[in-house]
Amino acid sequence: MVKFNRFTLANGLRVIVHEDHTTPMAVLNILYDVGARDEDADKTGFAHLFEHLMFGGSVNIPDYDQPLQRVGGENNAFTSNDITNYYITLPSSNLETAFWLESDRMLSLAFSKKSLEVQRNVVIEEFKQRYLNQPYGDVWLKLRPMVYKKHPYQWATIGKNIQHIEEAKMEDVKAFFKKHYNPQNAIMVVGGNVNTDDIKLMAEKWFGSIPAGEKYHRNLPQEPEQQEERRLTTTANVPLNDIYIAFQMGARLDESYYAAELLSDILSRGNSSRLYRRLVKEKQLFSEVHAYMTGSIDKGMFVFEGKPTKNVSIETAEAAIWEELELLKNSEVTVEELTKVKNKVESTMIFSEMSLLDKAMNLAFFELLSDAEMMNAETDKYSKVTAEEILELSRKMFVKENSSTLIYLAEKATADLT
Amino acid sequence: MTLNRKIAPEFKGIDNISLIHPEKLQLKNGCQMFSFNSGDQDLVRIEWIFANQRFNPEKPLLNVAVNTMLTDGTGTLSAAQIADKIDFYGAFLQVDYGYDHSTVTLFSLTKHLKHTLPVVKDILTNSNFPEKEIETYIRNQQQKLQVSLQKNDVVARRLFNKALFGNTLYGLGANPEDYRTLQRDDLLQHFRQMYQPKNCVLIAAGKLGADVTDLISTTFEGDWGAEKVQNDTTQPAIEAAQEHFYFEEKPEALQSAIRMGIPAINRSHQHFPALQVLNTVLGGYFGSRLMANIREDKGYTYGIGSGLSSLKNGGALFIATEVGADVCKAAITEIEKEIDILKTTLIPIEELALVRNYLLGSLLGSLENVFSHADKFKNLYFAGLDYSYYDNYVHIVKTVSPDELKDLANVYLNLDGFYKVIVGKY
Repeated sequence: MVKFNRFTLANGLRVIVHEDHTTPMAVLNILYDVGARDEDADKTGFAHLFEHLMFGGSVNIPDYDQPLQRVGGENNAFTSNDITNYYITLPSSNLETAFWLESDRMLSLAFSKKSLEVQRNVVIEEFKQRYLNQPYGDVWLKLRPMVYKKHPYQWATIGKNIQHIEEAKMEDVKAFFKKHYNPQNAIMVVGGNVNTDDIKLMAEKWFGSIPAGEKYHRNLPQEPEQQEERRLTTTANVPLNDIYIAFQMGARLDESYYAAELLSDILSRGNSSRLYRRLVKEKQLFSEVHAYMTGSIDKGMFVFEGKPTKNVSIETAEAAIWEELELLKNSEVTVEELTKVKNKVESTMIFSEMSLLDKAMNLAFFELLSDAEMMNAETDKYSKVTAEEILELSRKMFVKENSSTLIYLAEKATADLT
Repeated sequence: MTLNRKIAPEFKGIDNISLIHPEKLQLKNGCQMFSFNSGDQDLVRIEWIFANQRFNPEKPLLNVAVNTMLTDGTGTLSAAQIADKIDFYGAFLQVDYGYDHSTVTLFSLTKHLKHTLPVVKDILTNSNFPEKEIETYIRNQQQKLQVSLQKNDVVARRLFNKALFGNTLYGLGANPEDYRTLQRDDLLQHFRQMYQPKNCVLIAAGKLGADVTDLISTTFEGDWGAEKVQNDTTQPAIEAAQEHFYFEEKPEALQSAIRMGIPAINRSHQHFPALQVLNTVLGGYFGSRLMANIREDKGYTYGIGSGLSSLKNGGALFIATEVGADVCKAAITEIEKEIDILKTTLIPIEELALVRNYLLGSLLGSLENVFSHADKFKNLYFAGLDYSYYDNYVHIVKTVSPDELKDLANVYLNLDGFYKVIVGKY
């Protein structure tokens, strides 16, 4: 159970305070309601590039990092297809420095040319390091456009290609800031060794005078239900073949979300899970195989990924995954299996309360979804999922017409090791 | 009153870092148990930590294979049954192989310990490494290794460790065929020698009432360790390579991995805290000189950093990055330039003040929960140090002078002694 207080400033900034006096630290987390899904199709990768620029100095403070490090703080940020999230941890006695820094860059950036130039290069190097210069690194660049034909989830947060990043202009940066970075589009969580009354004063002092700005009204093309099987085979200089099968699944607030998560746990969580037990250990068809979901706010992906063992054909491996799916469609999971994954959800929730930063990030995310209070109701929602719901979901989701299969073949035969 | 946003709020320095000390309990069979009782959540983390056995170059993978396969079956439980029991109670059981120690870690809700502890007990006393599991392990590890060997940063790290640490556990970079040296009899013998109570440090952290610590100690005292087996945890001497430069060409690389560095002192040396300050200035935080120059000014890389590794029988100071293939030489020139500056020019007082506060803040911030207090204790205990180390560390961080750091740079950052590894294009 994570307790919190909540208030909203006149300019629309939502503030959540989570007091935890067991630590000498404080966290300030700001979530901006903008992600890669809000980009134009011809300017992709921009939300993420912009996140880098948020560290290039703000209107009154030329350097973001140094003043924070000087008071013993650390910070970082991440961009997803849905959100951009910034966080600071620092000794609670120096919390005001975090308010000073975050409020100034919400007020306005410095928009320095040098920063744009350098961060363009840094992000291009990030593109290479994570997506192009790694074995299987470009899988998501290929898989997303198979699953999404209309929705902007069809591109990854890094962007469709390097050219889009190279072409980013200062006017784009300024327009993006104006559209998305204002109090109405942000949620701030302050946690740790803090008092709500102090936070009210500090929030008003530093954020109260920031103009509300315009509210961004999201109106994205929704992804239609998939009607046909999609397949792609690609070849690359990798040592092993690899199979990806992605299914469209419900949105984060869809009723079926909790059953889907338990389904992925039954398939792939821990060494007792079905895929590991049967396909890796018993049948020895894969050296590794996993199932997971993207957990995105709009319609998500439920993904299977596996590397077949040597001498096992792609056809055999793919058929083995489908055999597991047919099992799920033909009979209910056992009481014991269902209890097991529910127990795991319960313990994971309790363990996650050990981390102040995790708590702060989760509060912000649930507040964005609908209500921070939702966080405390999660375990209960999982515990109510029935075997029948899982059966029903499997039958609906795991059909060929809802699948996108990417076969990633090794260019050269691997040397015989034995 | 209007708000002046140009002026930073006042801030306070960090005076005291208070660390939770453990309760010590010596079990009758020689196992040392330390418990940290704190926290609100009804959960516990328990670690069983064993010193690795002496490295045998003929059978290089025994330490890691025995550790990894501990969950693969005992005389009474199959791998599947172990997994079922642990997962059913929502617990997490991990095995972790490190350069000096091998660890088994259990995360469990306190209410389920009576079910989860006996599984760990069985694993530590009764593992039997079934042939079929060994075959599966070998095959899957070989496949995973093939993928890792296509990553430039992994290849660079292997070459670097081999050069610095030679034919030891620290220098080992296994090849796929090495897995074929694994034999069941060797695994069993290695297991019996190493996983004994007298070679075990047990560290429990969480909400630990007397009933919980009693349950742990009685479970792991009992009959464990009745059989006396010789074990040898000494390690062969480290011989660094003569050759200091390694280049592995990857004609299609978009980026080159660079790893360079030099053997260094470990935590038990009196200069270690000051060297940590120096390392932080060079490449130990986001605002470091390497990041400021090579990422934030030149845009050559997504990230660059330096670090100190402190091992039982050695240590290293190293710099690691992946840079655009076309700017590899330029990046190395800049790295060397930054090292030279540390040796010739005093660190400005302002910059040093920032680093002092940053280090103290991250020490404070690293104490997030009771598990982190246990982690701090491990740093001390396995380096043969006591809690005065952290008092001294805080003192040195607050007081070390620019002159002392310059002297230190001249002692420990000798560029002629640096090993340099490049994988990609050069």
